Amino acid sequence: MIKGDYSTSLLSMRGITKSFAGVKALKGVDLDVRAGEVHCVLGQNGAGKSTLIKVLSGAYQPDGGEIAWNGETVTIPDPVAALELGVATMYQELDVVDGLTITENIYLGHELSTAGVLHRVAANRRTRELLTRLGHGDLNPNREVGTLSAAGKQIVSMARALSHDAKLIIMDEPSAVLDSEEVNNLFRVIHELTEQGIAIVYISHRLEEIRQIGDRITVLKDGASMASGLAVADTPTPELIRLMTGRTIEHVFPSRRPVPADAPVLLEVEGLALRGVFSEVDFTVRAGEVVGLAGLVGSGRSEILETIYGARKATAGTVSVAGSKLRAGSVRHAVNAGIGLSPEERKSQGLLLEEPVYKNVTLATFARYARISVLDERRERSVAREQIDALELRPADPDRTTRNLSGGNQQKILLARWVVEGSRVLLLDEPTRGVDVGARSEIYALIRRLADAGNAIVVVSSEIEEVLGLADRLLVIAEGRVLTTTDSDSIDEHGVLDLVMKGTAA
Amino acid sequence: MSETTTTPAPSGPGESQPNVFRRFLAGSAGRNLGLVIALVLIVIVGAITGGERFLDLGNFVTIVRYGSILGVVAIGMTFVITAGGIDLSVGSLMGLTSVVASLSWVQTAATETTWVLMVVVAIAVGGLAGFINGIVIAYGKVVPFIATLAMLVAARGLAEIFANKSTQVVNVTGFLQFFRGDLLGIPWLIWIFVLAAVVGWFLLARTTYGRRTIAIGGNYEASRLAGLKVKRHTVSLYVLSGLAAGIAGVMILARTNAGTSTHGQLYELDAIAAVVVGGTLLVGGRGTIVGTVLGVLIFSALTNIFTMNNLNISTQQVIKGVIIVVAVLLQQRFAARSSRT
Repeated sequence: MIKGDYSTSLLSMRGITKSFAGVKALKGVDLDVRAGEVHCVLGQNGAGKSTLIKVLSGAYQPDGGEIAWNGETVTIPDPVAALELGVATMYQELDVVDGLTITENIYLGHELSTAGVLHRVAANRRTRELLTRLGHGDLNPNREVGTLSAAGKQIVSMARALSHDAKLIIMDEPSAVLDSEEVNNLFRVIHELTEQGIAIVYISHRLEEIRQIGDRITVLKDGASMASGLAVADTPTPELIRLMTGRTIEHVFPSRRPVPADAPVLLEVEGLALRGVFSEVDFTVRAGEVVGLAGLVGSGRSEILETIYGARKATAGTVSVAGSKLRAGSVRHAVNAGIGLSPEERKSQGLLLEEPVYKNVTLATFARYARISVLDERRERSVAREQIDALELRPADPDRTTRNLSGGNQQKILLARWVVEGSRVLLLDEPTRGVDVGARSEIYALIRRLADAGNAIVVVSSEIEEVLGLADRLLVIAEGRVLTTTDSDSIDEHGVLDLVMKGTAA
Repeated sequence: MSETTTTPAPSGPGESQPNVFRRFLAGSAGRNLGLVIALVLIVIVGAITGGERFLDLGNFVTIVRYGSILGVVAIGMTFVITAGGIDLSVGSLMGLTSVVASLSWVQTAATETTWVLMVVVAIAVGGLAGFINGIVIAYGKVVPFIATLAMLVAARGLAEIFANKSTQVVNVTGFLQFFRGDLLGIPWLIWIFVLAAVVGWFLLARTTYGRRTIAIGGNYEASRLAGLKVKRHTVSLYVLSGLAAGIAGVMILARTNAGTSTHGQLYELDAIAAVVVGGTLLVGGRGTIVGTVLGVLIFSALTNIFTMNNLNISTQQVIKGVIIVVAVLLQQRFAARSSRT
């Protein structure tokens, strides 16, 4: 590896390698970050982004390669060393303590104190300064962090990084938990940080975002850097996708077939309400149809799905599947009637992460294959293997531990679960959250295929573009009310956003 | 994805040798390997310090018989812990069930010919108490630690009221002959333990009941959203644990030929220790009956060696405490290694 000129770089990583139990997660990654820039790291799941971050934040030790900080070679033996160097990390699962105040969170581990007695006033004053630097001087330092939104927690996490005098902040998919308004705010804060000379390493797979905020890009694929330090402005999107996936992607959304007028109504929701969350939700979904629910985070979209499914007990209204009414608040009844839910939080609500793939595929059906209650694991494996082939799940191994699969493949497991159960109504909550670009279009195609096979599908997504691209019809939701129901061809992204904003203001 | 790859599918009957070996190590055998090694080491220590006396076949029977009562309780406990719960009431339930059983004799409800009734009553009381635990936990949404702690206190008190704080001697010859007798030279107490272990292993590893238990312990919410009857199943787990405590109550009654409210004290802690040392995760989602049985045997072999070397009870307790920590530390290392492959 040719040694580059480090003088212009704040951070320079060269030829970083890292293996786990013989599997090479990083096969020689280069990353150069300059002070005051937003450097995006782009790559599909499994490309090595998280491993790279963990090497940089001191959580993992690299097997080979060199790290230079301000031109000097350094080692980062642990996270404390990283902080001392000036590298702070904002993880996707924010590591803030809900029960503590903003100040207590910011100074956690490096409290301002004399002989163990805390300087509360000084700490609060400095916290206010830090928050002001981030453009959020209005936040009360004594507020409990648990009462903040995800966006607020990110601000706290960033303030903590600043309190450590960070020169470089790593942000791991910060926009994943934010709605569009909050994302804009985040970008403003990032801009203020870079103005102060702080470098940001921004991990994301949303290309539009990277275009908006990034200065330069490093693209990872299969543990190697495909391109280092490309200028965002000079790199067209198709080129980025090609670097990430090794192939070109043309049609992201599969084409829609018109739903025949005589297709039977599979799901009928009438006057559904959940006190304090949403009310008067009416819609029907026919066989072969995809209906999308569009709205901001907190508009009640996920709750609507969960109530249809019986995971929450409706306070009014009815849900019918193929004409027969469901008992309110009974998941069991909904499943037996043919509804399947792919929940919003795939990991915490959907999967047994430590179990093999096949047990997750058959979680709703294992009893069916059993004989007098004795499990038939061979049958379960073969059922799972059929789905693995049909849905192109990778790796194609029913015995692989589910935790080790990418987000897209974990999503396929959930779809497979309900396909084998024989569900005809699929409720998909954020089906592409944490799924990278290449795999997204695969999921879209899969959803469309399931619809074409005669299933009724309801999709919830915070990405309006996704709902528009997938759904035949659209329900626009704000503050627990359905604002409008429309064909998705007769409205565009701006139209939906307009409605949502007006609806929220009203 | 591409037609050029020619790698054959890695599964099928023609698996290579090292792969089989690695699977063996990564599987339950590998996880239990540490325990087997520990048990072998303990036997070696026993042989060195106790010599012939320890290595005598009769002594091995003594060791297993000593562990059999704890073993039955620990097998019930394995199910509860695998599902992410805990049952602190089992020791008290042993006391309660032994008292109820002995009372049914004293009150002549059970006679010389119908002593089986005594056994049935004891087990039923255990199951009923477990049912109450389960209802409070699953439907009342009280955390298992608190719910079963309350049962621990209440059951002990109830046993004292029933027994009037006195020991009820049971001299039913049929009952005692049966439970103190043996089959093929092996005491019935051991057979009960073996039976419980085999049934428990089968139930946990091979049936839909076991799959539900592991699923609920691994991810309660995901299990609920997949349509499993999580509440009903939770109740059944505590009933199972209560039934096991009832059986253990009968066993201790037979061994001591007396029912008293102080029976089974601290058995809950020994059972939890054996389960955890055996490799069942305290957070749930992974459980092994084979591990639990090995855990029980380790503790019972240790007690045997201690007694043989005339160590006093206090010293024994200190050593046991150290061993629990060391065993769990080793277990974690083994688990980490086998899960990474």
